[in-house]
Order: sequence, then C-alpha cells, then structure tokens
Amino acid sequence: MKIKHKEYKMQKLSQCNRGAKVRVTKLNAKTDLKQRLISFGIMKEAIIEVLEHAPAKSTIEVKVGKMRIALRAEEADLIDIEELV
Amino acid sequence: MKDITPQSCPVIANHIKIALVGQPNVGKSMLINSISDAHLHVGNFTGVTVEKSEVLFDYKDFHFTVVDLPGTYAFTDYTIEERVTHDYLCAESYDLIINVIDSTNLEKNLQLTAELMSMSKKMVIALNMSDEAEKEGIEIDADYMSELLGIPCIKVSAQTKFGMENLLEELVNKAKLDKQEPKLIFSEAVEEEIATIVDYLTKHKYNAVNSYRNVAINLLKNNKKTYTKIHDNPIWTELQPILIEASKHVELHHDSDDIKESFAEEYASFNRGIVAEVLNIEKVEEKKTLTEKIDNILIHPTFGIPIFLFFMWSLFQLTFEVGAIPMEYIDNFFGWFGDTIGATIVNDDIRSLIVDGIIAGVGAVVLFVPNIMILFTGIALLESTGYMSRVAFLLDGFFHKFGMHGQSFIPLVTGFGCSIPAYMSARILKNDRDRLLTLFIIGFMSCGAKLPVYVLFVGAFFSPEMAGNILFMIYIGGAMLGLIAAKILKLTAFKGEEEPFVMEMPKYRLPSLKLIWHTVLTKTLMYLKKAGTFIAAASMLIWFLSNYPKNLLLEEQYAPKIEQAQTEKAKTILENQLASKNLEQSYLGNIGKFSEPIFAPLGFDWKMSVALQAGLAAKEVVVSTLGVLYSVGGDVDEENSSLITAISKNIPFASAIAFIVVIMIYLPCLAASTVFTREAGHIKYFFYLLGFTSVVAYFLAFIAYNIALLF
Repeated sequence: MKIKHKEYKMQKLSQCNRGAKVRVTKLNAKTDLKQRLISFGIMKEAIIEVLEHAPAKSTIEVKVGKMRIALRAEEADLIDIEELV
Repeated sequence: MKDITPQSCPVIANHIKIALVGQPNVGKSMLINSISDAHLHVGNFTGVTVEKSEVLFDYKDFHFTVVDLPGTYAFTDYTIEERVTHDYLCAESYDLIINVIDSTNLEKNLQLTAELMSMSKKMVIALNMSDEAEKEGIEIDADYMSELLGIPCIKVSAQTKFGMENLLEELVNKAKLDKQEPKLIFSEAVEEEIATIVDYLTKHKYNAVNSYRNVAINLLKNNKKTYTKIHDNPIWTELQPILIEASKHVELHHDSDDIKESFAEEYASFNRGIVAEVLNIEKVEEKKTLTEKIDNILIHPTFGIPIFLFFMWSLFQLTFEVGAIPMEYIDNFFGWFGDTIGATIVNDDIRSLIVDGIIAGVGAVVLFVPNIMILFTGIALLESTGYMSRVAFLLDGFFHKFGMHGQSFIPLVTGFGCSIPAYMSARILKNDRDRLLTLFIIGFMSCGAKLPVYVLFVGAFFSPEMAGNILFMIYIGGAMLGLIAAKILKLTAFKGEEEPFVMEMPKYRLPSLKLIWHTVLTKTLMYLKKAGTFIAAASMLIWFLSNYPKNLLLEEQYAPKIEQAQTEKAKTILENQLASKNLEQSYLGNIGKFSEPIFAPLGFDWKMSVALQAGLAAKEVVVSTLGVLYSVGGDVDEENSSLITAISKNIPFASAIAFIVVIMIYLPCLAASTVFTREAGHIKYFFYLLGFTSVVAYFLAFIAYNIALLF
C-alpha cells in the first residue's frame, strides 16, 4: 500500500486515510453509543486500522484486533485518535 | 459413569437447564444443532437468532434444555435482542451458562466473558471454531485457560462436531459441583476499592447470596439489581459515601467520568493478560486474509454497488429461466392428475369440487415450487456467506439519504424471501423510530409468495427473453418505491434523530451445502404444506363461492339450446356462455360485482377484484383463485388450457400492469400482518399500515393503468 504518513497528527478517526494505523485517545460519544463502541473493542488505547471507505466516504471500514467494523462518518467523527508512525 | 443417586424428584434432579450465550456470529445456533441434532436457522450475519429458542435433548441420564439466546457483544441492552439476552440471564432460572467463544478471535470474545464472570453463575466456556483457529495457526492452551479463569474451557467445533462429547461431560460435571468463584482480577486501584467494600460488608455481616467480592464488584459497576437490594438495608446510609468515594477513585484512575467505560477498560486489560498467557500464534506474517482480498473487490468504492446489482439481477434471471424448465412438467402432471381423478368420480358436483377446486387451486401454487426454491437458495447464500453485511456497508450512505439505516438492508433483503422473518429481524435496529420505519417498508420488498403472481403475469404478457428482466425490474422497482416511501415517512411520521451505524463485518465463510439445502428444503416444505392445507381449504371455499347458489332457471334456458346446437363448436360456445353466466350470479360473482366499482378505475374485472381480496389471506391464494375462476370460467379450446394462456386471453395488458402494481404494494398476508402488529407493538400501527399501503397501491396502480393504456 502506498500511503505516505503525513507530518501532523490527525485528530479524528473520520479524517484518516485508507491504511492508516491509529490509537484511540478518547471517545466523545454519548453513553449509549460509547457502550456500543466499547463492546466492539473501540476504546481508549485500542489500535485501529482503517481498511476501506464506502462510496463518498459516508461509511468507513476499520479493523480492531481481528474484527472488522463498519462505521458511519458521523460516528467516526466522535473518536479522537493519534496516528502511529 | 457413576450411578446417580435419585434425589427427591428424579426428573428435576437430572434436568440441566443451560443458557447459551455468546457474541453474535460465533456459531451458537450451529453448536446447538450439532449437540442435539436440532435444526435451528444458522446464518452468517448479526441477528439470526432474534428470539430465544429452546432445544431439548437427552444425554446419558440427563435431560438437557438449552436456551439459545440472541448474540450480544456486551452485557448491555443496546438493541432489543441484547435486551432479550440481558433480561433472561438476570431474571430467569437456569443451572449453567455456556459461553460460546470464537477461538479465532479470543480477545474480543473474552470481553463478554469477563462480564458474565461477574454474574456469579456456573459457567462453561466452549472454544468454538477450534478447527478454523488451528488452520490459522492459532493455538489456545485450554487447560491453562481453565485454570486461569477458574472456568472449564473446552475446545469444540460445531461444524465438524469435534469435542461435543467433552463439552457434554463437562456440563454434567459442572452441574453437580458447587458454584466456584471465577478468577477475575482487576487493577490495583480497583482491587483496593473492592477490598474496602468487602471489609465493610464483612464487618456488618451483610446477608448475601453471592460472595462479598461479587457484591462489591457489582456495586462498583453500578449494577441496578445489587443496588436496589442493598438500598433497603440499614447499612446503606453508611455504605453510600464509601461507594461514591470508591467510584471516584476508579474513574480518576481511568481518567474518565464513566464507570462503565472504566470497567470495560479493566476487563480489556484483564483479557489482554489472559490472551498473552494462553494464546500462541504461529504465523505472525502480515498476509492479507482471504476475507480482505475478497473485500477489496466486493466493497470496492466504485464497483461494489454494480457488482451487488449484478448478483441480484442474476438471481432473478435464474429464478425465471431455470424455474421455467420444470413448470411445464408440473402443469402437465396436474392436468393429467385432474383428468384421471375426475374420470373416477361420478357425481358432477364432487368431481368439480375435486378437479376444478382443489386440484386446480393447489396445482397453481405447486407450479411455482422451482422458482421459490431458486429464490430461497439465493437468499440463503446471501445470508450465510457474510455478503449481506457488506451490502449494508455499501448501501448505508445511499439508504441514509432516504432516512433509512444501512442495517435496515438486512430485514429488507430477508423480506424478499418472506416478510415474517423480515419483521422479526428488524429488531437489530435499536432506535424505535428506525425500526418502525423499516417495518413499514418491508412490505415493498416483494416476498416469495408474490413471485408466482409475477411469474404468471409476466409469463402471460412478455416474451420469454424479456421475462427475467421484467421480474428484476418489478423487484427493484418495489425496492425503489420502498425507499421513496421511507423518505416520505421519515419526513412526516418518523421525524427524529438517527441511529448510529456501527456494525460488525463478519469473516466470509463458505456455507456448507447441507446447511443451504436444509434451509431451502425447510422453506419449500413450508410452502408446500401451506399449499396442501391452507391453500387447499381456500380453494375449496373459492370453488364453493363460485359454484353456488345454482341457478336452475339458467340451466333450463340453456339445456335445449345446447341440445339443438348444430356443430361441436357452437355447443362449446353455448356451454361456456352458460358457465360464465353461472359464475357471474354466484356468491363470488356477487362479491366481485359489489367491489368491482372500486377497482374499475384500475381496469380490473370482478375476477381480478376477487383474487386480490383473497390475497389478503395469503398471496399464493391470488394464483389459486385465478386458477379456480378461469378453469370454471371458460376455456374455449382444450389444448390451451393453461392458466397463463387464460390470463393473457382474458385480461387486458394495462389491467395486468395495474394488477402487478397492486400486488407489489398492498397489505401483506394475514400471518405477516399479525407478526407486523406484534413487532410494531400496537394495533394502531396495523391500521396505519393498512391505510398507507392501500392508498399508495391504489394511487400508483391508477397511474400505471393509465400510462399502460397509452401503449
């Protein structure tokens, strides 16, 4: 994969490119959604890999551990991350 | 095996009730199937088991009851299915929990296990898919894991039936043993607080069923049940400030203001510890998995949707083309069967009842068995391979524009098979508004029972080369209408916030042929059973209504005319005239005549009106009714006796188009409507559905009719 790592640190999962590997720093979702994300393994310190974007970037596919998860851009927007270099 | 000393009641003593719990898509239902040879529906997407189902079987001297609970990622009540599991585990009585775990994804699965461990119930862990894990080079030390967790862990494979005996033995063992405290260890900060609370409880000799440690954990976790219990105890006033202090400490430790999040992190680190100890992965090379390779193509941003549409188009082509091959034989068989049976019956009325009523009605429905089988095979493949979730991923953006949720796709596609499971699978949607909206739209996805009507009409009015395409258009058109209807409903009746879209994409699995065959066979047999019972009865009723009351005057008028007829041809014409006159003044004719004015603007004659009304009971009845009506009504020449010919001869093109439109949209069958009402939660929704579908169907059919008239 030819993804070049950019210099600046990204903030939101929704802004990540395909192939990016990131660490979650904070979940900004409300209680219900937060629980949902946690139950899928998306929690602080979790390592996430961005796999695929749906048409128009409306939905993204990420990999947490061995699990592939589809998220809408709105939800990915609530996840703070730092990029792993 | 030792003798079991009979206790007070042998039946109860030997009865083991088991709750089967696990994350979605770990093979719970398949495990039950292999353990007991039962046949539960197994799929490869989240939410196959939407309701708990019980399976009973015997092993040695034990009667087992296994309750298959809907899959749940965490011990919460986010979706309805999760609520079913949550409530069952908390409130019902059972002896044991089997926690089914996907061995290929141990860490994630343990998240639920950790939560179950704080429930203080007897538990056995089934490490399922151990064969698959081995193939991927994943090695789990089950003995060490049992020791670390304090819970027996058994390697099994539901697919190959490996380890079933071990699992059963362990269940029997565990059921006899006393409860054992699982070894759940938290971080120092949490352990400290637990110790403080335990000390306090010991000092005051608090009377608890579970261990003090367990009570302390649940209090810290904010568990409602433990709270209400201790709330009424005098020690509460003193305990409360201690608890508040403890929670603060834990939250501070995790830099969070949410105790649940803190605990989730605690569990996660505990699990990482377990996984580090027991898991050994051979190949560490970062090779792309097969699933990822397939996904590169199937969920490609540009090609993904066209590929999906191509699959659907192929399915409907196959349904028509291949399905048409055996139709002729089935048709001939029923023709021959009717004639043969008819020849042995002397009484005219009884012969007519058997041949024109039952055989014609049931035959018309059985005719479409091959089509039904192909369609169900396609849907079963879609379900069990894991492709369904990909389509939900692809379509979410598109669906979102229409106010729907990507996950609505799963119930909607299920709706192409049958609306009933579709209504039930809408439970995967958490938000009630989204769920209701989906429930209203499911009817737009033409179900399998509507297929015969389409095949019949498309076959009658379009060339065979076009038929598959038209069929595809009908289905896609229905789906499009559904989306538009969704948008309208979303803007009016179901305004509100939208549900987040967070969904697991399961690994692709090659479904076993046996499984597919089983699913298709079950559904086909259900269809045939319906044909043999319900449809046969409905056909008899329709036959009766179309033959009575007898008008002797009419018979008398025609008898001499028929006698005097010069040629055979003139005689047949007269006989047919008599038959249709008779039909017109029958009960059914009167019903049809009564409702004809309503349907007249759509170009329906009274026979079509009657068939539509009969279709409210079940959509198959539309075809069987037409079969009865046109076999009594008037075929002119013997060779072209098939229903398709009768339809193309008696119904104008524009009326047929309008008829298809009504069938596409109007109220689902009686059984589906009942399930709809149950799932929607209130009878008023049924009336909304009735009103909504009727108005839309009538309006669109009227437009379609007038457009078709121009051609």
